Parts: sequence; structure tokens; C-alpha cells
Amino acid sequence: MGGLFGRAQFAAVDDVSFSLESAHAEIFAIIGESGSGKTTLARLILNTLAPSKGLIRFLGEDVSRFRGRRDRLQFMQKVQPIFQNPYEAFNPLKRVDRYLFASAYYFMGRPSRNAQEAAADEALKKVGLSLAELKGRFPHELSGGQLQRAAIARALISSPALIVADEPVSMIDASLRMSIVNVFKSLCDELKVSIIYITHDLATAYYISDRVLIMQKGKVVETGPAKQVLSNPRHPYSVLLRESVLSPDDVDKAPPGA
Amino acid sequence: MLRVLHDLFRYNREFAIGTILVLIVLCLAVASFFSPYPPQDSYVVPPDVPPCWGHPLGTNSRGQDVFWQLTVAMRNSLLFGVAVAFLSRIISLVIGLVSGYAGGVVDRVLMSINDTFVVIPLFPILTLFYFMMHDHMSWTLLALAMASLGWPYDARLIRSVALSLRNREFTTQSVFSGMSTWQILFGEHLPYVLPIVLSTTMNNINWSIGLEVTLSVIGFTNIETPTIGTMIYWANQHTAMVAGIWWWVLAPVATVTMTFIGLFLLSVSINEFVDPRSRLVRVGG
Amino acid sequence: MDTALTVCNLRAYYLTRYFGIEREVRAVDDISLAVKKKEIYGIAGESSCGKSTFIRTIAAAVRPPLRVLGGSIKYSFLDRDLYHLDDRALADIRWKRLSCILQGSMNVLNPVRRVRESFKDFAFPHMGLARPAFLDVVKQHLERLHLSPSVLSAFPHELSGGMRQRVAIALATVCRPEFIIADEPTTALDVVVQKDVLALIRETQREIGSSMIFVTHDLAVHANISNRLGIMYAGRLVEEGPTGVVLHNPMHPYTRHLVASLPQIGDLTPKKPLSGAPPNLADPPSGCRFHPRCPLAMEICRRAHPALTPLDSGRRVACYAVSPLVKPAVDSAAAPNRTQADKYAVFPR
Repeated sequence: MGGLFGRAQFAAVDDVSFSLESAHAEIFAIIGESGSGKTTLARLILNTLAPSKGLIRFLGEDVSRFRGRRDRLQFMQKVQPIFQNPYEAFNPLKRVDRYLFASAYYFMGRPSRNAQEAAADEALKKVGLSLAELKGRFPHELSGGQLQRAAIARALISSPALIVADEPVSMIDASLRMSIVNVFKSLCDELKVSIIYITHDLATAYYISDRVLIMQKGKVVETGPAKQVLSNPRHPYSVLLRESVLSPDDVDKAPPGA
Repeated sequence: MLRVLHDLFRYNREFAIGTILVLIVLCLAVASFFSPYPPQDSYVVPPDVPPCWGHPLGTNSRGQDVFWQLTVAMRNSLLFGVAVAFLSRIISLVIGLVSGYAGGVVDRVLMSINDTFVVIPLFPILTLFYFMMHDHMSWTLLALAMASLGWPYDARLIRSVALSLRNREFTTQSVFSGMSTWQILFGEHLPYVLPIVLSTTMNNINWSIGLEVTLSVIGFTNIETPTIGTMIYWANQHTAMVAGIWWWVLAPVATVTMTFIGLFLLSVSINEFVDPRSRLVRVGG
Repeated sequence: MDTALTVCNLRAYYLTRYFGIEREVRAVDDISLAVKKKEIYGIAGESSCGKSTFIRTIAAAVRPPLRVLGGSIKYSFLDRDLYHLDDRALADIRWKRLSCILQGSMNVLNPVRRVRESFKDFAFPHMGLARPAFLDVVKQHLERLHLSPSVLSAFPHELSGGMRQRVAIALATVCRPEFIIADEPTTALDVVVQKDVLALIRETQREIGSSMIFVTHDLAVHANISNRLGIMYAGRLVEEGPTGVVLHNPMHPYTRHLVASLPQIGDLTPKKPLSGAPPNLADPPSGCRFHPRCPLAMEICRRAHPALTPLDSGRRVACYAVSPLVKPAVDSAAAPNRTQADKYAVFPR
């Protein structure tokens, strides 16, 4: 894939190329700070934004050629998003199960209500929830962690091949964060779903990704196997990122404050 | 639902007063069905009788009981106002939502049409309409004409809400859940648009009744049908104020003022209640 | 006196009544702590644990529906309780003795006025200097924080996020206050910028010699800045101690879980999540608020919440399972009388 998106003289994503194999599932992390273009890249991959130059191919087909409801439904069935803020990803005035049922309805051949509920329940179980817990609830009645897991379950209903997760845990509390990250790991290992995991947090990227791509100001700075790149970064920017990561062990270093 | 209305009534003074006023007006309108005198007939009772037991609001110079005339007038005016509001709501909702969501060329075309309608001077057009339609003038036609002129302001308001909603993440999630555009517009976005729709409905009813009164007072509508406006028209024709028949003028003016205030208060309090932000506070979001 | 701030049994709830539905959110429930002079006291906790509400109460920024229902707050530079001050006295100490660095510097700097104007609005009234002398002091201060004086004539949106936060720090420290309150000042920043800004805060605090309360959910940030660390859960303090000790040897089960669940580069051990979710503060669990999720929960945990008990090595813990010294808190059973809220009707003004 590769894409260039220009607005006036400013390229949000500049000459980025990478590819994921469909044969084996992997977690591919895209790391960058704000302004690095990673969110724009996510939108390009999800086809909610069209590239100015270059090509995005999914399963061999040029993504920008998908027009019309049927083509787009087919594409969306295989590629699903997860957003950063679960409370924004769900309409606060609507119940959460509505989206699960809608996904089941449109992506599983318009089944009956019972079948929709069964599909939703199955997907929720995969992320450690159940339909009984969620049924009839509004987003504000659930915690950030539960809601994000519900969002993941919704994405799973269509049995996608690829999930694009844009900073999925950055707004979740520390104690609930790892439960979501573990869910992603199990999605890849057990359900064979590839995940593009976009984040600015190197530690969680290290914990679950197979490969990693580091971006700065729209350009690719370094890429390669995750453990290798994050433990021994080579590009100066990657080194800078790695060194800026704070850790609880820092408390043993120079005493903070007076 | 009943509990909600009950709470609103108890805790929100505007809602309480508005409800009472509107209820009075509605009772008047309903009472019209029990009128002992056929509304279009004249000289059925002694004319120019001041308010007394037999005629609570007196009688007018045409020999009609003012009170019963008023009930029929209120009914007709209300029906007219509601019809216009309903029709123009539909137009403004569809245009506003579609324009805001679709964006691009569709948005620009629709908004150009919208703005054209905004600058159309209402009163001269309606006057022209009256002169053109003269003999075939009917309330239905007038309602249709006004509905087709009364939607642009509100369409813009709705469009601005739709624009902001388009960029929210739950819209993308709805798209990726496979929902169709119509489902998104009327399922996801409508609750946010509802406060505007409700309050503009009330305002629209006020506006259309006001315009009807204006046209009728001048005589540009079918003056045989009793409405608030035509009552005032006939009162002017018989120079009621000069002749000292003040009750003939006071009754419709007071009632229509009561209607305006009542509807306005209702729209303000319902608006606050239905607003998504206050809904979230109430359910503890 | 060695302490800069003493908080005793502070209680602050959100009391709302909207369309007939009454809610009482117990955001700050019986908190007592003491910040020493020249110390950075860190408060860690997740979202909706009450730490931002706590900040508002000690900054005297309480507005309805938040009300302070009980307890006392005493700063070393005041001779009485913070809530016994009138408006003029409060305006006097604000910024000169007590200032804030908040999350989202965009909220602090007026977007339609230049940075210079914000300095004039906030700091000029307190410094008692003539205009040119004031500007000189400001410029020197900015240089100390590695900011060019040209920043003064810029608008906030012309500066990057990191620079804006640095300006916010400069703004908060230009009057050399004795106490600084920092609420998630580095949370919205990029990783690289965060490190710089933290170093800046440390340096400035050391140079001015002020005491600080630093609130953030990120334990790694605390490791880099706080001297002592207090862990908040559901409106209560559950553990407190020197930062290194708490992070290397956490005692309370919640702290243990927090520390264990931190991912680090080079560490591939599987992290186990905690079951359940943070409680709803409008209807918190009885007794110890952590008991529904606690692997060590006992019968007594459900009945009465433990008092924050001092142990050796300067630590305090509120957990029966940690030490037999921990006993139920004295007034845990009685919920504060709502009519007493009127006693504090002086707040909010």
C-alpha cells in the first residue's frame, strides 16, 4: 500500500508503503506522535478518506474503486475500525446493543432478531462480556473498558480479516487497559484476525505487536519486527522516542525534586 | 412518559404555565363542536349585547355570540397553524438532514434553493397569491403556500446540527455497522435534531397563526370562515372600537395572545428538556 | 511548621436535583493528608476516582453542584481554614501564594488574546510592579523555562502543544507561589515533550522552593516527579508513602494490581487484568469500596471501611488484609447529614 494525501503544500502522509499478508494474522503497530499522520493513515486504510496519490489495495483490489452500497458493504465486512474514545464511538442517546444487532443484520444476511441476538452474544463472549450484561444499556452506564470491549465485539460480528484500531486504549484507565490489550492479542492468536494497532504508547506496542512502523511528520522512519525495533532502535527519532518513555523504575534514578 | 410530564409540570414553571394556557385554548377549540349556533350564520342573536349571563362574551354587530364564534375561530386558526407547521417541518427536516449529511454538491444546491426561499419577501408573495387565486382561494391552498415558504430558516438550523454530527465517531461506527444513510439520519441523528424541530414547530405555529391573522384582518383570505383574523376583520368593518363594542375585539386578541405565550413557554421548556445535554445530565451521564 | 498543607477529613459531594431526580455523588469522601514544605506529593488514581474534585476543593474552586460537606483545609501561609476566607482574602492569595497548572493549557490561555495579556491578567495585580519592570521579570522567567520572550506577542494557537504547556507553567510560577497544584499537566502531550515538560516542572519547583500536589493517573510519571505518592480509589485514599517504596513494594491490593499491570519495554510477562469496574460514586459499595474487585476481600471489608492507618517507614494503608493495625474508620457508618451542607453554604459563593 502507499498513499499521499496533500492539502495545499502539506502532506499528512508522505510516501508510506507497507503490506500485510492475508495468509497469517499479525498485529502491526503504527507508532507516532500527534501530527505524525497516523490517524490520517487509518482513515485512508478504512477508505473514509481518498488518497491524493498512490494506491491502497485490499485483497488485491484497489480500494478507491469501491462505490455503491454493495461493494462498500463487502469491504466493510472485512475491514472494521475501533476508535480511541469509546464514549464517542457510541451515540450517547442510543442503546449499545443497537450497533451489534445492526452489524449482525447487515453482515450476516439479514437474519431474524433471535439470530442477531445469538450472533451478538457470541461476539461479546469472545471479548469477555455477555449480552445479558449489555442488553438495553446506554453507553454512560458502562465503564470505558466495557464499552471499548463492546466496540471490539461489534467489529468482530462480521468476521473481519482486518481490524484497524486507532489508539484504542489511550483513553482507558490504567487498570482496565491491559484487559483490552489482552483481547487484541487473543483476537490475533485465536481468531486469526490481523490488527493494525495505532498508538503512541511504545510499551503496549511492545507487548503485543509482531511488526512495528514508526512515523514522524508523515514519513516512515523505521520499520521491522517489534521486539527488535523497540529494544534496539536505530533511527535517531526512534531512539529519542524510546528514551522518552517513562517507567516506574525511573524512581531509582536521580531523585525527583528536592 | 406520564411520570416525565408530571415531573416537568411540577418542577418547571414555564412548562406549567404554558401547559395551562394551551389547555385553555384547546378547551375553547374543542368547545366549538358544541356551539348551539351554526358558525357561519349571522343575526341569530340580538346584536351588540355586552357580556352577560346568556352571552358570556357578549354579541357582535352581526348578531353572533362572540364566545361561540371565538371557539370556532380558535379551532380553525389552530388547525391551520398546526397544518402549516407540520408540512413545513417535513420539508425542513428532509432538506436539512440530507444537506448536512451529504455535503458537497448536494449541499450547495440545496442551500442555494434554501437561501432563495429565505429572501423571498413573504407578505408581497402571499398578497400576490391572493390576487391570483381570488375566487379559488381556500384555506388548504393558503396552508400549502405558507408551508412551502416557511421551512428555510429551520432547514439551515437542522443542517448545522447534521454537519456537526457527520464528523462524530458514532456516525462512522454506524456506517461500519452497515446502516443505510436513511437509517443513520433518522435513527442516529434525529434525536439531536429533535429539540430544534420541537421548538421550531411551536414557533412555526405562532408564525403561521400570526400571518393568517395579518392576512385576514386585511381581508385577503376567505372571510366567511370564522378565524381569529376574520373576527378582527369583521370587528374593524363594523368599527367596533369606535362604536364601543370592545368585547368583540378583546376576545380574539386576548385569546390569540394567550396562545402565543402558551406555545412559546411550552417550546422553551420542552426544548430544554429534550436537549441531549440536559438528557445526559438527567440520566447521569 | 513543616507542613505546607493539611487536609483533615475532607468531604465534598456533588448534589444535584434535576427534574425531580436527586443524586449525591460522593467524589471526595473523608480524605486526610499532609504535604510537607518543598515536597511534591503525587496523587494517583483512575478517572472518576475523585482526584479532580479534590483538586477543586483545595484550590477553593468549588461551584454548585459541588459542595463541601465537612472537613478542613489549612495552608501554612494562612492563619485559618481556607473556607473561612472571604472573597478578597481569596483573591489575594490566588496566584501569589497558590497557583495551578491544569490539564489542557488551551483552557488556561485565552485564545483570542496574546500571551502577554494573559500574564497581565493573571500576574500583574499581584506583583506590585510597574508595567515595564513587570515585563522584565516575566521575560527573565520565560528564559529560565527555555522559552523565547517572543512567545509573549504570540497567540496561543500559534504555539505548539508543548510550548503552550510551558507557557502555562510559566504563568503559574511567575509570582513564585508557595503552593502549586498540578492536575494532569502532561497527559495530553506527546511522549518526547512530556519528558521535557516534567523536567521543567521539577526544575522550577526546586528553584522556587514551592510545595506541590501533582495529580495524574500515570504511575510512570509519578516515578519521575513525586516524592511521596497517594493512591486514590473511589473518593478515598487507600495507600500513601514515599514513591519508590510504594512502587516497588505496594501493599494495598489495588496498588499491587496497578503496579503489576504496567507494560514495559523489555517485559513480556502476561499481564492479568482486574475483574469488575471502578464503582459508581453515586452508589458506592458498602464498607471498603474496593471489596467487590479485591482478591483478598473478607467479611469485615463489606461492613466497614478501613481507616488510613500509619505504619512504619512513613506509610499509610487502608486495608485489613495488610496489617492487623488497620481498624474500621470511626465515622464510616454515618453518612454526613445533608442539612449540614447549609453550614458550608458559604461555599460555593
